[in-house]
Amino acid sequence: MAYDKFNILQTSAYPLSIENVDTDQIIPARFLKATERKGFGDNLFRDWRYNSDDSPKVDFPLNNPKYSGKILVGGRNFGSGSSREHAAWAVYDFGFRCVISSFFADIFRGNCLNVGVLPVQISENFLQEIFGAIEANPDTEIKVDLQNQTVTLLSSGNSESFEINSYKKENMLNGFDDIDYLQNIKGEIQEFVKTRPF
Amino acid sequence: MSNTLFDKVWDAHVVRKIEGGPDVFFIDRHLIHEVTSPVAFLGLKTRGIKVMEPKRTFATADHNTPTINQHLPVEDPLSANQLKALEENSKEHGILHWGLGHENNGIVHVVGPENGITLPGATIVCGDSHTSTHGAFGAIAFGIGTSEVEMVLSTQCIMQPKPKKMRINIVGKLNRAVTPKDVALYIISQLSTSGATGYFVEYAGDVFEEMSMEGRMTVCNLSIEMGARGGMIAPDEKTFDYIKGRKFTPKGADWDTAMEYWKTLKTDADATFDKEYTFNASDIEPMITYGTNPGMGMGISNQIPQSDAVKDGKATYEKSLSYMGYEQGESMIGKTIDFVFVGSCTNGRIEDFRSFASIVKGRKKADNVTAWLVPGSHKVEAQIKEEGILDILTDAGFALREPGCSACLAMNDDKVPAGKYAVSTSNRNFEGRQGPGSRTLLASPLVAAAAAVTGKVTDPRELMA
Ligand code: SF4
Repeated sequence: MAYDKFNILQTSAYPLSIENVDTDQIIPARFLKATERKGFGDNLFRDWRYNSDDSPKVDFPLNNPKYSGKILVGGRNFGSGSSREHAAWAVYDFGFRCVISSFFADIFRGNCLNVGVLPVQISENFLQEIFGAIEANPDTEIKVDLQNQTVTLLSSGNSESFEINSYKKENMLNGFDDIDYLQNIKGEIQEFVKTRPF
Repeated sequence: MSNTLFDKVWDAHVVRKIEGGPDVFFIDRHLIHEVTSPVAFLGLKTRGIKVMEPKRTFATADHNTPTINQHLPVEDPLSANQLKALEENSKEHGILHWGLGHENNGIVHVVGPENGITLPGATIVCGDSHTSTHGAFGAIAFGIGTSEVEMVLSTQCIMQPKPKKMRINIVGKLNRAVTPKDVALYIISQLSTSGATGYFVEYAGDVFEEMSMEGRMTVCNLSIEMGARGGMIAPDEKTFDYIKGRKFTPKGADWDTAMEYWKTLKTDADATFDKEYTFNASDIEPMITYGTNPGMGMGISNQIPQSDAVKDGKATYEKSLSYMGYEQGESMIGKTIDFVFVGSCTNGRIEDFRSFASIVKGRKKADNVTAWLVPGSHKVEAQIKEEGILDILTDAGFALREPGCSACLAMNDDKVPAGKYAVSTSNRNFEGRQGPGSRTLLASPLVAAAAAVTGKVTDPRELMA
């Protein structure tokens, strides 16, 4: 599915300083019953965001009006567990275009890249600095520059570079997806199929 | 050239290498189910593309299905809608579909091997992270997202950077009552839930060589819980015996050709890994988890670790214990249990039910326990009946349900209520995984059986002859 091009993103951020956030928390299984990709943002972090009577939990960062922005900052090992792409859809649908953490689970990272959310991995020290800065001032802005592969905390001016392979980078910069690429080399794939024994 | 098993299979499937990017990676066999495929089919429709190789995709309904009264229409309209979408999409694109009630229906990772869809040296993907199960046969198998499901449907390829390689050796002999589930939970407790992120694992050594195919499936299944993309075990005589003659296994001359290839599928003696671990089998006890991720496990006779002793995230650790209602330093033995779930692609095969029955035989289900025994497939269900296991279960006060994922992810009605404790043979003890507010203790079928008949966490060795 096509998504918007990503170049430079500069916004404030929501902090979620919990480690090992798994995709069952990002979107619980009971919300996976849709046959269309619509409305998943409403149930992002459902059981952390709402009580069982559907009233919002006031202390959860996503419910706290002092936070805003298009960047989600999460604790180490973000997105572990289930492969459900719905987790990345929910993150996107809520309005996030970037998740920053000191470590990502593989499948979630890949899913994000496929749906137009940029996963940015930084050092644990820098991550803690960012959490601290947001706590001190929720309007603190973070600048993510994909072209130059840098992330900067504007309040301190501190910056780190992050990794992304050049193919995925081009895709994100241009809003292309893998299917566009694969469709273009279908002939080559069809030749390859003939060599498979089973 | 010295290569690992993983290299041999991976390299044989690279259609094209992209400079500074992923490999265009060919998929031999693709499994789909009702939850992660509908949006992929919708994508095909929007782009106006057909499925390129419909014979390489297999559909089964499992994630979101009731485990009682499957002959009746599915009550939940959203679930019914997903099941209908799977059926219609399969039909429209010429994909084989095993819907509810079909004799080959069951959990996707149980029916794949049962029907010979899973083969050594193959690449297998599915929109479910426990696709790693199929690695037990020497296949490269891993879970993918829905965008990738769409890629496989449309071009039979995905874009994948090649993971790094890890080998985990376990040497020596396993202790009594230590099952493949315990071996896996032990490894995860040692490596943590992110210890193998970025790697593909090969399991090697005495313990895996001696392990049954079903046991190997349990171990490979849980590879994802330490962050690995997948895990695999070199195929051997046991593997070939298991797959021979199954529905989609090559036959006749094709079998002979395949066998010649399959016999080359092992890691060369001088091949190297990016990381290697060796553990002693004798250190492993029957395991149980006490927290909210599968890395929070310990030998059943141990005490819950102090937060000072845990490596990462003291605050997260304490939050996890408080969710579970447990204290640091406590023993798990004797903790009250409300539910027992035996099933899932981790432990829902015939050997798991034999194992469970070996302990409940001649005993009675504890009154405080609700037990859900859910076979992984109709074939497993049939075998439970044939072998007389059903009689043992019934005599002990248990009932058997119909196949599906059930309380493994609790999308259907099999939900553990808030605050209740379940000993579960499945794979994830995340907050709310088995229902909002549910508390899960992961364990083997033996530990589940001991809990089911005593109503509390009990060392199964006390109940074994
Ligand atoms: S049993 Fe659980 S892990 Fe296995 S396929 Fe079903 S939902 Fe996934």
